[in-house]
Amino acid sequence: MALKMASSPYLRDKLQTSSLMQRVMLCALPGLLVQSYFFGWGTLVQVLFAMATAALCEAAILAMRQRPIKATLQDNSALLTGFLLGLAVPAFAPWWITLLGVAFAIIVVKQLYGGLGNNIFNPAMAAYVMLLIAFPLQMTTWSAPVGFEHHAFGLLETSRIIFFGSTAADISLYQMGADGIAMATPLDSVKTAFSTGLTINEALQANSFSDGFGIGWLWINCAYLLGGLVMIKLKLIRWHISGAIIGSLFVCASIGYLLSPDTHLGPLLHLFSGATMLAAFFIATDPVSAATSNQGRLIFGALIGVLVYVIRTYGGYPDAFAFAVLLGNLCAPFIDHYVKPRTYGHRTSR
Amino acid sequence: MTNYREIAWQGLWKNNPGLVQLLGLCPLLAVTATVTNALGLGLATLIVLVGSNILVSLVKNYVPKEIRIPVFVMIIAALVTTVQLLINAYAYGLYLSLGIFLPLIVTNCVIIGRAEAFASRNNLASSAFDGLMMGVGFTLVLVALGASRELLGQGTLFDGADLLLGDWAKSLTIQVWHMDTQFLLAMLPPGAFIAMGFLIAAKNYIDHVIERRQPKTEVETTITRARITKVN
Repeated sequence: MALKMASSPYLRDKLQTSSLMQRVMLCALPGLLVQSYFFGWGTLVQVLFAMATAALCEAAILAMRQRPIKATLQDNSALLTGFLLGLAVPAFAPWWITLLGVAFAIIVVKQLYGGLGNNIFNPAMAAYVMLLIAFPLQMTTWSAPVGFEHHAFGLLETSRIIFFGSTAADISLYQMGADGIAMATPLDSVKTAFSTGLTINEALQANSFSDGFGIGWLWINCAYLLGGLVMIKLKLIRWHISGAIIGSLFVCASIGYLLSPDTHLGPLLHLFSGATMLAAFFIATDPVSAATSNQGRLIFGALIGVLVYVIRTYGGYPDAFAFAVLLGNLCAPFIDHYVKPRTYGHRTSR
Repeated sequence: MTNYREIAWQGLWKNNPGLVQLLGLCPLLAVTATVTNALGLGLATLIVLVGSNILVSLVKNYVPKEIRIPVFVMIIAALVTTVQLLINAYAYGLYLSLGIFLPLIVTNCVIIGRAEAFASRNNLASSAFDGLMMGVGFTLVLVALGASRELLGQGTLFDGADLLLGDWAKSLTIQVWHMDTQFLLAMLPPGAFIAMGFLIAAKNYIDHVIERRQPKTEVETTITRARITKVN
């Protein structure tokens, strides 16, 4: 009997890219459901529409590049990109916003750079920044969380607004407040309050807050935190990036809060507002565009946390994760160059 | 070597200053938000390029090799100043909208590049023709970029053409489609970079298709540098 010769690695995990992406999406489900509970059917419609568009765009560009379509589509990475972008756009954004964003993410940011594994930037976040720069009005009109709407929109009505109600008249009717469904996000209203000279305690009296946290956003962030912890437990991601982001954001926010509590958000408010948990666990941990060694991941995450704090506090945009993640992506090759893990049998890496 | 077909082919397509040499990217990306601006800057560059090629070709035998670059730069600067004053006098609106990029033509590498690589080695007629073709090639890229950005950004073409051509040209503005919201990205510098990338990709794709269609001919034996058509 001849022994079969095989080269290393000898121990393999059965986890394939496709099932990894699937599990990441499953772990984000609680967050999606909570977000849908607070912001209505819109989130769900956006996510499904974005996923379908992502698959179509990926198939189209793969056909143009003459690459295997079915095999590549089965790795589910395009679906995950669509999923994340669908979560990030406002619930009542018109359909062409999502379409443009997804097409940009898949075609330009991912496939033109060579496909999965070759993209420098996180596709979903690059597309989000593109949309935010190109369509600031549509991208910053968030609907009011549950309890504020004059009446909750059903699934059909929501779809109608998203897919057919994108004329100027409808936008002004639905989004500018005739029905009262649009309102600033908590981070946004705090920023406005600070710029008019209010203190934090006065800002927190705004109607988008209750008990010092943004209505809805606390629970959404908790749900993503839960999903993220499950991902770490299942070893879908490592704790380093998320831990470093949360840690550095917490430290920065604490310093700011201790120095001048009246004009800075508290650390907990930073952690449980906006996109913090979603980005820390599901977006920044994208293995392609992040740093690759454990030490590098810590630096990468800490950098993003600091950037988020700086941009949120001093920048022009209320939330900052998309910008911070992209800047972190830019630094990732640099970090990897200097932080090489020690190879076995050598004292130092250099 | 210096036949005019070859020069024209080099300037307009094969060695296009915008798409292949990637020279003068700063004005290329900065002022191409509308067709009018692109055309204005393209024409100004064209005039300077033809003029500088003619002058450099005339003085090439009297300029010591060691100080040729400063001499070329002074010739170009004098021409740019002339063009700037002319535009200031006759198309003031365009002068305002082009702003700093008009005097910055001095630093446009296409011009010094052609003076050094072509005009200082060739006779008057072919130098002038080379300047014209390079200038037209550069202008075409500017206009293509400006048209695509204006179309995507605000759905119009030739918006503000009266700045360049006088009041009668106001009717030239074409509203291709109506947009409720401007696509700001196309109007901003990042859009220029992205559109430029697509333009270069399209050029390479066309080259690729042409190359595939052609029957295989014998391999060229002489290797010439891309930017120099003739070496004395």
